[in-house]
Amino acid sequence: MSDTPAIELRDVIKRFGETPAVDRVSLQIGDGEFFSLLGPSGCGKTTTLRMIAGFEYPSSGEMLIHGRSMATIPPHRRPVNTVFQSYALFPHMSVEQNVAFGLQMQRLPKQEIAPRVSEALELVRLGHLAQRRPNQLSGGQQQRVALARALVNQPEVLLLDEPLGALDQKLRKEMQLELKSLQHRVGITFIFVTHDQEEALTMSDRIAVMNQGKVLQVGSPTEIYERPTCRFVADFIGETNFIDGEVVESDGGYSSIVTPDGLRLRGLAPRTLPAGSAATLSIRPEKLRLTTLEQAGPEQVAALPVSVELVSYIGSDTRITVRLNEQRTLDVWEQNRRSTLDRNAYWQPGEQALLFCPPDNALVLAE
Amino acid sequence: MSQTANRVTTPAIERGRLTWSGVSLSLHAVLIYLFLYLPILVLIIFSFTRDAFGVRWTGFTLDWYVRLFNDERLMGASVNTLLVASVSTLVSTILGTLMAMAMERYQFRGREGVEALIYLPVVVPEIVMAVALLAFSALVFDLINALTGQVLRRNLTTVTIAHIAFNMSFVVVVVRTSLRHFDRRLEEAAADLGADSWQTFWRVTFPLILPGIIGGALMAFTLSLDDFVISLFLSGPGTSLLPVEVYSRVRRAITPEINAISTLMLLLSITLVLLSQLLQRRR
Repeated sequence: MSDTPAIELRDVIKRFGETPAVDRVSLQIGDGEFFSLLGPSGCGKTTTLRMIAGFEYPSSGEMLIHGRSMATIPPHRRPVNTVFQSYALFPHMSVEQNVAFGLQMQRLPKQEIAPRVSEALELVRLGHLAQRRPNQLSGGQQQRVALARALVNQPEVLLLDEPLGALDQKLRKEMQLELKSLQHRVGITFIFVTHDQEEALTMSDRIAVMNQGKVLQVGSPTEIYERPTCRFVADFIGETNFIDGEVVESDGGYSSIVTPDGLRLRGLAPRTLPAGSAATLSIRPEKLRLTTLEQAGPEQVAALPVSVELVSYIGSDTRITVRLNEQRTLDVWEQNRRSTLDRNAYWQPGEQALLFCPPDNALVLAE
Repeated sequence: MSQTANRVTTPAIERGRLTWSGVSLSLHAVLIYLFLYLPILVLIIFSFTRDAFGVRWTGFTLDWYVRLFNDERLMGASVNTLLVASVSTLVSTILGTLMAMAMERYQFRGREGVEALIYLPVVVPEIVMAVALLAFSALVFDLINALTGQVLRRNLTTVTIAHIAFNMSFVVVVVRTSLRHFDRRLEEAAADLGADSWQTFWRVTFPLILPGIIGGALMAFTLSLDDFVISLFLSGPGTSLLPVEVYSRVRRAITPEINAISTLMLLLSITLVLLSQLLQRRR
């Protein structure tokens, strides 16, 4: 089984009327992987998940689970289980009956169901609430019941549709870690749909970033964040500065661009870009370096003279907006590594400074 | 109870402080309830009077109830009514529920038309329904006569079919409301957990819309119990139903016997309502 992917999508298209909701998506998701589908609402991530669950059928393309085609398999005969965004717990059943439902559908003997149900409830630490009705539980508890109800069936793949969306911030963070460790323990493939990029980065082994029905990039959290291959991904994941310009030179994996206001900047180019083509240089705020005029030492890179415009102290970081010229400002984040109350240790608006944009920290992306 | 606690927890009327608005509001409520229930109360009381005309209180007796159970015509009519109500309720509830499911779940051509037509019997005057059903049954009987030579007459079956026809609309209305509040994602969840559509219906959909179905059935049963016009038109000679029988007796004179049977019908209705509420509270 290790060679065949847990889930494979080949050129899957799903149309609702004229517009494709999912547009030629091909994915391979490995056994035991924590895989996230990440994108803004309406990007097709939920439709993709619903096709894997069997609630929707592809308009064209193929879908396989462990090498088995799902073209004609209805949801109740697929080896997957879903944790719904709304949890969809059965309100007329107790927690225990909810969790037992799947096993009863498999017609397992009673004496086998009972221990597995209590085991699943222990797994999500809800053993003491087995007799409650869903409406007597908090949001977080309902979420864990939904998880237990799916996991008890030992599916080949667990599908999670924004399961943390309805929880408050603190509970969300707790559940993120809990889900991640749970996945380690049970070793089941998780496919996790979310629009929250931080959530996806925290939990996933790999992420597929989607927009307008298409998968734009698939990669590890580090790859997605550090080496986005297009402007949308760079913009959607984390924050970044975009500097539009024209390619003037490409060599050895780097490209240089020149902007209309006369800046010349260099950065890594994931794809070789021909001179003269339009391109965007993307550099994340924490990867820019700001120094005072006096500190400037011998640098490999040209320094850009800037003036500090806005300074926001947010505790762990200081976020600075610097102005390069009339038209252009950039965001720079500095970590506050030293604990001090000395005002002079922090940037002040109006200060003159030098900005460094190291080519290895910047990416030149095609428009 | 201390005065402070009192002031915090209870509004003016309950506290018994005499304010103009409090008094008039309470009086209003009392009058409304008297208006609604006084006639019924009088009816119940006079079902126990010794007075043979049932309009004066001359002492307590259970004679009328005893006589009632010995009155073969009245008992026969009661049995007929219960039979017609039960069968028409059962059939109209099943058909109405299926119809409501179809209208709520499926998009099909002419759905708006079907919807409008199913609600028509609710608003059409009953006398029109009765005449229409009578004319239709005559037509069908003539047709059967012409085709097979058999001579059919109106009987309990025709009344039952007529009751099904108007009850179904009411069931559809009530069941659709509960279907509209039903979260269809629960059905997806059931399918996801391995339930086929049959299991999904019986384990998830049905228990959750059951209060609506019970409500619809109860309504159908009650409507059927006290239906007069359609029952009068559609039941054949010799197959009298209770409301019709009661009416024909009242034309001669109101007797405490009639009061007694009415009280029993009332008791049945109240029992049914309480039972359905009890069933619905359990879930």
